[in-house]
Amino acid sequence: MSAAGEAEGGAVTMVAAHARVRRRLLQAAGALALIACGPARAADGVLPAIPELTKFLALRSPRWERIRLDLPRLADNGFAVPMRVTVAGPFAPGPFVRTIAVFAETNPVPDLAVFEFPQPLERIEIDTRIRLAGTQQVVVVAELTDGSLLAAAMEVVVTLAGCMDGT
Amino acid sequence: MSDARISVPAKIAPGEAFEVRVQVRHAMETGYRTDDAGKAIARNVIRTFTCRYGGETVFAARMSSGIAANPYLRFFVTARASGELTFDWIDDSGARGSDRIAVTVG
Repeated sequence: MSAAGEAEGGAVTMVAAHARVRRRLLQAAGALALIACGPARAADGVLPAIPELTKFLALRSPRWERIRLDLPRLADNGFAVPMRVTVAGPFAPGPFVRTIAVFAETNPVPDLAVFEFPQPLERIEIDTRIRLAGTQQVVVVAELTDGSLLAAAMEVVVTLAGCMDGT
Repeated sequence: MSDARISVPAKIAPGEAFEVRVQVRHAMETGYRTDDAGKAIARNVIRTFTCRYGGETVFAARMSSGIAANPYLRFFVTARASGELTFDWIDDSGARGSDRIAVTVG
């Protein structure tokens, strides 16, 4: 399963039992690493405490589905981080997307943008570039015409914060 | 003031969701920067951006300083009939901008 296990298999001259224990440990470590790396796209269900976000939610709790937030995991430059928000359709008979709000946990202005769709739209896909002041969680929440909420969150590691004077 | 680059597909089928890409030239000053003399540069960002299709608003963005300079937006609009997309925006200093592009459906 794990590359670690195979690499370990190439190791030489060890007491058999010792090698077996070691292999198991390495496999366990590999599995743990996979788990740790897998869902980097969200501590689903756990929303960061952002006052603006709390206000937007107004005590409603969003479902963590259908909306997708695409951001680089590592942004070298927080001045312009490409972001894509997609909400999976089809919407046809049911509720449509009315607004999508974007929040950044530690930005001085945490409510980055609100996108509005006054008319029913079949395809919801928004691209823009955002500023991020340091490593943080970015949260998007879509509000549908029936008042229900969809959310997605992702952590972005930012090497150069987008708020300092770049000159 | 029409500092925008807009693109839509050349051919659009009726009922299809077509891609609209807009980039507006604007510094999106955060208000956190200082000039050479050390004086704070006032915040000036595009607050509202509206896209109308045949006169009806189909997309709007309320933005803050968290949107990068020269804001770029890509979104989809459902094709109904040939017409015009018009774009309007206004910034903190009260400066308004607008632009338009023809859409050919069929």
